[in-house]
Amino acid sequence: METWPLLSIVTFAPLVGALLILVMVRGDREATDRNARWLALWASLATFLISLLIWINFETGTADFQFVEKVAWFSFPGGYTLSYHMGVDGISMMFVLLSTLLTPLCILCSWEIKSRVREFMAAFLVLETFMVGTFCALDLVTFYVFFEGVLLPMFLIIGVWGGDRRVYSAFKFFLYTLLGSVLMLVAVMAMYFLSKSAGQGTTDIVELLRFARETGFSPEAQKWLWLAFFASFAVKLPMWPVHTWLPDAHVEAPTAGSVILAGVLLKMGGYGFLRFSLPMFPDASVYFAPLVYTLSIVAIIYTSLVALAQEDMKKLIAYSSVAHMGFVTLGIFAATVQFSAGSLPDNLLGEQAVTGAMFQMLSHGIVSAALFLCVGVVYDRLHTRRIDRYGGLVHRMPRYAAVFMVFTLASVGLPGTSGFIGEFLVLFGVFQVNVWAAALAATGVILGAAYMLWLYRRIIFGELVKPDLMRMKDLHPREVAIFAPLVILVLWMGIWPEPFLDVFDASVKNLLTSFKAGACRVNEACFAAR
Amino acid sequence: MYVAAIFLPLLGAVIAGLFGRRIGDRASMYVTSGLLCVSAVLGAIILYEVGFAKTGPQEPIRLFTWMASGDLSVDWALRFDTLAAVMVVVVALVSAVVHVYSIGYMGHDPHKPRFFAYLSLFTFSMLMLVTAENFAQMFFGWEGVGLCSYLLIGFWYKRESANAAAIKAFLVNRIGDFGFALGIFAVFAIFGSLDFSTVLPAARELPGKEITTVGGYVIDGQTALDWTCILLFIGAMGKSAQILLHTWLPDAMEGPTPVSALIHAATMVTAGVFMVCRLSPMFEFAPLALATVVTVGALTAFFAATVGLVQNDIKRVIAYSTCSQLGYMFFAAGIGAYPVAMFHLMTHAFFKALLFLGAGSVIHGMSDEQDMRRMGGLWRKMQTTYILMWIGSLALAGVGIPFVFGFAGFYSKDLILEAAFGAHTGLGLFAFWMGIAAAIMTAFYSWRLIIMTFHGESRAPAEVQAHVHESPMVMLAPLFVLAFGSVFAGAIAVAWFAGHDWSGFWGDSIYMRENGAILDAAHHVPAWVKVLPVVAGLAGIGLAYALYMLRPAWPKALAKRLRGLYYFLLHKWYFDELYDRLFVRPAMIVGRGLWQKGDGGTIDRFGPDGAAVATRGGSRLAALLQTGYVYHYAFAVLIGAFGFVSLFVFGLWG
Repeated sequence: METWPLLSIVTFAPLVGALLILVMVRGDREATDRNARWLALWASLATFLISLLIWINFETGTADFQFVEKVAWFSFPGGYTLSYHMGVDGISMMFVLLSTLLTPLCILCSWEIKSRVREFMAAFLVLETFMVGTFCALDLVTFYVFFEGVLLPMFLIIGVWGGDRRVYSAFKFFLYTLLGSVLMLVAVMAMYFLSKSAGQGTTDIVELLRFARETGFSPEAQKWLWLAFFASFAVKLPMWPVHTWLPDAHVEAPTAGSVILAGVLLKMGGYGFLRFSLPMFPDASVYFAPLVYTLSIVAIIYTSLVALAQEDMKKLIAYSSVAHMGFVTLGIFAATVQFSAGSLPDNLLGEQAVTGAMFQMLSHGIVSAALFLCVGVVYDRLHTRRIDRYGGLVHRMPRYAAVFMVFTLASVGLPGTSGFIGEFLVLFGVFQVNVWAAALAATGVILGAAYMLWLYRRIIFGELVKPDLMRMKDLHPREVAIFAPLVILVLWMGIWPEPFLDVFDASVKNLLTSFKAGACRVNEACFAAR
Repeated sequence: MYVAAIFLPLLGAVIAGLFGRRIGDRASMYVTSGLLCVSAVLGAIILYEVGFAKTGPQEPIRLFTWMASGDLSVDWALRFDTLAAVMVVVVALVSAVVHVYSIGYMGHDPHKPRFFAYLSLFTFSMLMLVTAENFAQMFFGWEGVGLCSYLLIGFWYKRESANAAAIKAFLVNRIGDFGFALGIFAVFAIFGSLDFSTVLPAARELPGKEITTVGGYVIDGQTALDWTCILLFIGAMGKSAQILLHTWLPDAMEGPTPVSALIHAATMVTAGVFMVCRLSPMFEFAPLALATVVTVGALTAFFAATVGLVQNDIKRVIAYSTCSQLGYMFFAAGIGAYPVAMFHLMTHAFFKALLFLGAGSVIHGMSDEQDMRRMGGLWRKMQTTYILMWIGSLALAGVGIPFVFGFAGFYSKDLILEAAFGAHTGLGLFAFWMGIAAAIMTAFYSWRLIIMTFHGESRAPAEVQAHVHESPMVMLAPLFVLAFGSVFAGAIAVAWFAGHDWSGFWGDSIYMRENGAILDAAHHVPAWVKVLPVVAGLAGIGLAYALYMLRPAWPKALAKRLRGLYYFLLHKWYFDELYDRLFVRPAMIVGRGLWQKGDGGTIDRFGPDGAAVATRGGSRLAALLQTGYVYHYAFAVLIGAFGFVSLFVFGLWG
């Protein structure tokens, strides 16, 4: 098992599937569509099984990268070697699983897509390769390729299979992300040269982490690099005020697109903060922590209020995503805000907050994906997302109502569901470093209950009076197959989250220790205290 | 056995919830009710072992780890001390009774399995709450009962008003839970643990400590403890419908009546009182928090009683009465007489459940009529219910002969008032007089209810009158159990709960300063203090009799004369209207404003849209995208990216 390049397999298996679909699947329209669907499903399921294998063999006690593959790829003049370097640790492991879990579900929920099925399925598998690659890549250049590469199939999915205003949405999506990508690319190059001037130039993430821990970028450089990465990650996450692409993108994307967008793509921003910003630019993270905190709290309250006023289901859930991501950034930067308060603590708090942020990302990945799938179910039947076109669905769709209820409750963070663990740990950790931030953020939990329960009531409860709703059919077996694993996961993660928290534990500890070491190096008082 | 008592209801809920349609209505009802009865019997055994035989488990029963991160570690664990055992018995017993009653009451409802699944799930959550060994699990039960309350209030989901009431209940409780959650975080910040067995003994050390750090602030231990307790108490205010956070409880009457009896009278709403008692080792050392508890409790007892005077919906009268009685329990706890609060909690569970289920029997017999103005003259046709309602009301009003015998409420309510007087503090006296005033009103509205419902001429439409019938035995039998409790529970249990050997019964589960001096003080108040509550009760009854029996025209004339006051009370002190103006509508307006003016008008206008308009290229770009060249464009981005990389790699700078 040790010798198998499992990460490469799990990354590129979908790509192989996509190529097979494009090359092999031929014949009349019906046969093509059918074969493309089944091939895509099998490819994604196989990928998922392999990723499960990785999880089973993942060692939880260590913060080291595991399943590492490293080969020199190109040697360039000037002493630079680009290597193909893959590996996972506690921070990336679960995101790989999240991606491989959601992809087959997306393929299942797109079963009824009519136009260009072959291309759609291929695009989705390519998307999966890029997503998994983003979380496995241990070289900045490959990371960048995967990270930006994700946009390509996503553009297609929104632009080709999207709704009526897909052009506007794709355009907005593009403008925002372009801004971030360019800055990040510049930062990547800068990091190479800065590390070069201090020894050996590298874009290897493991090397850079060691460099940051042992030598560190100068505080001034850190600020610029931090900002450049921040531009990219903040748009991805998205943070207020660069969030306005998200509701539009969601609204126009087909169901599967929304699922991946909310389920995985948003998490890349949070992952980026944890992988790069915090450990590589610790001083800048301390410096900018108040900014992040302000934006996060504004995001939570502002977007929750905005969500209250929505009349479109997808927009409502999209805004709720922004609010939930606000908790994530709060949690990630809890340790840094502790420093920026001026006190130099002998014990580093914030472990619960970072763990909670990770868990929240995972939980939101499942819950928001499931909520978009729920919207998809009724959208497939009635072709509208307007909330006021629905009402009283429980009469015709009791199973659907039950499933939707589970995810609504998980979204409002009810104890016993996955949503609770994430929000609880984040707020718990944030409270230990800043009482007021925790109190303000906690109001989001109240507002969250308001908009979600109200949404549920307007769609599910009440009398069934609208004539076109009378013919609505309850979940069919394929839809049950999509929702069942998600329901089980939401409850499992809520009642017994230990297997997941165990995976994070060592890496989060390691992240915080190296962050502290880095932050202390430039912080004179802290340095003196040692 | 201990674990089974808690988890049997969950089993019932799962069976009825998941397989209800397959096994049928009957099986669902019998399975859930049967399991609940077993649970109640086990509960009684547990109380015997823990409270009397003292052979219960000394350590909490740990099931498995819930979550652990850093120095935080939370287990699923069950704690069985006397306090928990008392609650287990009350909850399981009333729940079993309500389950059986519902077999009759919900007989015509098409969604029986769902109803019984919710009821059982609620019972499980409540049992988890009362046996919790740590704050997090308590919070789990706390929100769990809130969820079930939400589901059951909105059980008849066709009704708009039921849906609105359900959401309101959940949200108002969430506001309380907001305080509770912050309180939990504060507990950890101070004590470094969430386990009761660690936190509670440590609380007494705190006031002496000079400095402690909470969330980046350095404050003295006393302030920290006070504010932590106040935050936790905000949670209790939400769940127990205390003034300011009470508005959901009357609306919750939209749910089926068995639900009102179980959740909104006997068990869930008492969770706040239970919490204060459970945390008595903390509250005892937090004088500011205790003062808050007394004030809120006394004000609620008074306020809710005034509103109850004029309500016309039979269930709302009882709902406000519940609110008011919870106020009694709180000020009892606030003056430090926790056993007395628990005592009243227990007796109240019996007689309030009896009143609600009796009202349910009336509503059932009256073809779902709830307005007392369309009732009257029922006592001939529903004699059993009539007698049961009398028993419940007598217990509620605390009628009895001092020093001889009384109904359940006589012992517990009088003890509360005596303790309040015996505290000999300004706040104690305030609570005492508020309580006396509320006692008069309690008796008044109870007999107003009885007279309007059962006496006089029937004011119901003829077709309703024709159908009026006594309820079936499956509904009445459970009421006999409760009636027995309403009559005898006080006399039997007073010695255990609040007698001289209170510490022998309660063990370590309740802590009182000065070894319970407040209880001795309560027993040694002047005779007039002991007699006054009974006099107040009788006065209220007499007044109601005079106004509604002898001079039926007077109440209307009085309402006309005191129109302002009447409307003020009828509209429940205008709390709903005020909150609507202050919070609900502004939230919607602000939300809409931020969306349209903020996202649309500002961010997009000066962001992406602005950029598009500002550059001529923007339109061309859009056109490109429009014609399907998005592929090209995306490729261009990638190629550009590769170009950049190559540039720097191939040594532009190198």
